[in-house]
Amino acid sequence: MISNPLANLVKRSPLVSIQEHMRAVLECAREVPGLLEALSDGNTLEFEQIKDRICAKEDEADKIKNALRGRLPKSLFMPIDRRDLLEVLHIQDSIADTAQDIADLLFERQMKIPEEMKEPILVATRSSLDVCEFSLKVIEELDELLEMGFRGNEARQVEEMVDKLNRIEDDADAAERALAQTLFRIESKLDPVSVIMWYRIIEWIGDLADYAEKVGDRIRLFIAR
Amino acid sequence: MDILIEHGAVFIGIAIVFGLFMTWGIGANDVANAMGTSVGSRAITVKQAIVIAAVFEFAGAFLAGGHVTKTIRKGIIDPSMISSQPEILVYGMLAALLASATWLFIASTRGWPVSTTHTIVGAIVGFGIVGIGPNAVQWTKISTIVASWIVSPVVGGVIAYLLMISIRKLILNNAHPFEKAKQWAPLYVFMVGFIVALVTVFKGLKHLSIDLTVLQSFLVAVLVGLLASFLGWLLIRKIRVDKEADKDFHFASVEKVFTPMMLFTASAMAFAHGSNDVANGIGPLAAVVSIVGSGGELAQKSTLPIWILFLGGGGIVVGLATMGYRVMRTIGEKITPLTPTKGFCATLAAAATVVIASRTGLPVSTTQIAVGGVIGVGMARGIGAIDLRVVGGVFVSWLITLPVGGILAALFFFTLKGMFS
Repeated sequence: MISNPLANLVKRSPLVSIQEHMRAVLECAREVPGLLEALSDGNTLEFEQIKDRICAKEDEADKIKNALRGRLPKSLFMPIDRRDLLEVLHIQDSIADTAQDIADLLFERQMKIPEEMKEPILVATRSSLDVCEFSLKVIEELDELLEMGFRGNEARQVEEMVDKLNRIEDDADAAERALAQTLFRIESKLDPVSVIMWYRIIEWIGDLADYAEKVGDRIRLFIAR
Repeated sequence: MDILIEHGAVFIGIAIVFGLFMTWGIGANDVANAMGTSVGSRAITVKQAIVIAAVFEFAGAFLAGGHVTKTIRKGIIDPSMISSQPEILVYGMLAALLASATWLFIASTRGWPVSTTHTIVGAIVGFGIVGIGPNAVQWTKISTIVASWIVSPVVGGVIAYLLMISIRKLILNNAHPFEKAKQWAPLYVFMVGFIVALVTVFKGLKHLSIDLTVLQSFLVAVLVGLLASFLGWLLIRKIRVDKEADKDFHFASVEKVFTPMMLFTASAMAFAHGSNDVANGIGPLAAVVSIVGSGGELAQKSTLPIWILFLGGGGIVVGLATMGYRVMRTIGEKITPLTPTKGFCATLAAAATVVIASRTGLPVSTTQIAVGGVIGVGMARGIGAIDLRVVGGVFVSWLITLPVGGILAALFFFTLKGMFS
């Protein structure tokens, strides 16, 4: 059988993998509000189950990430820069990693949410998740962007979406600051180490939104090229 | 001279056998290149591809295959240098045929990519240099041919690029892309029919004793275009918007409209491929027949007998029917699909380029032009990932095929000369 160059010319679109990866990352991140609720309610069993799920889902996302990395030789001609693509993948990955970090730290230190923080932390977490969900929407537009050659109405629409993403992230920022202020007010009631660790958790909750926003910003680069 | 009279029938017999083997090989292997993008996009099934290929490859070979055959037969070697020993040209053409058939066979078993076009041209040049002398080769013609090998994929790419841009502008980049698709699709299908018909008919049917004026040619082409357009409209009008699919991918319904349109580009590609590659099998055969038949007279004006074109087309169809199914199915399974809009652009661009090359008598590599078409769409940022190593591999196989063809032909030439002198 004569080998046919056309059979191997077009490779599986890396954009499809990016979308798959982001979906897997969101599956992971979506567990975080539930995790905190379980912790808030003192439901240890539920908390541990969710923690395990987060770990498993982060693994799933990693598998997709590594599979994609494995098939991006430099010889690929793509409509987007290879480095930009890998960066988006890396940032998406950070979202899942951060979710896992949150779960692990809460579990390892057997942290209990101080009463005053219970409501603000859930608000901040849901706010961050909103940014992540909208970021996923942006990533889902990648195949439409490809169809349009990253130009035209579609590109404009996606840019507007990323603008909105920036605004939603501002809201998440505000919620994070409110949460931090709550912690600041009750600092003296807690032991110093716990305080530091809670600031860490707060930072990570904010990071979920930050990374999600960064993903959107990188998509701007795809369009701009 | 006596050699021709004595062994003429044997020569023709050998030429027919190996010519048929070549066309069979072209049908079995090359056709999959032509139909690959269409089958991969799931726009047509493998069975449909075989039927389309059979009909249109034959049509292309028969209606439009004469010009490239003429080039292979008498455009490369200047026979005036051996007018006293016409049997040398017979040995040479047979040698070229044998060399190509051998190389095709070897490459098939090893799974290497090979261009039948490059092989036969390399073989003929090879025996020309070695068997007659470097002056026997029409170097201007050869340089034109080599230039076309470089230019034609680029042309294919540019046309594909422009088509993609036009589809984006007219159809995709609108508020109601589905409606626009239904509106413009007939025009695109018209283009397919029109271009192929015009290029074929424009002073191109002399071998069938049909000579049309420029105006008549245009009218025929317009008619064919309109017919295709009408058929296309029939196929498309039943298509409805798929709301569910559109939620996932906004352009899903538009792609649905382009799916039946790929039937037309697949047909055009089969036609184009037949018109260009049939010569690789029957060109040398035609040369042998012409020399033996005219008793050694190397008249440059002799026309191509129709039965040879018939034989060539038939050989391709047989190759297709026997092995082509399996090859096509393998391609269809392995190939990463191009969405119908992109497959349409790449294939139409390639078909148009090949058919124009055929009309101008230039033997080109359909595979390379198809690759060029795909890259053209890629340049319009329309394809997720194109592996350039494949492109590199194609160039390397070029570089190997030309000298191998030449050397094998030289070897066979001296063997034949020794056997029959």
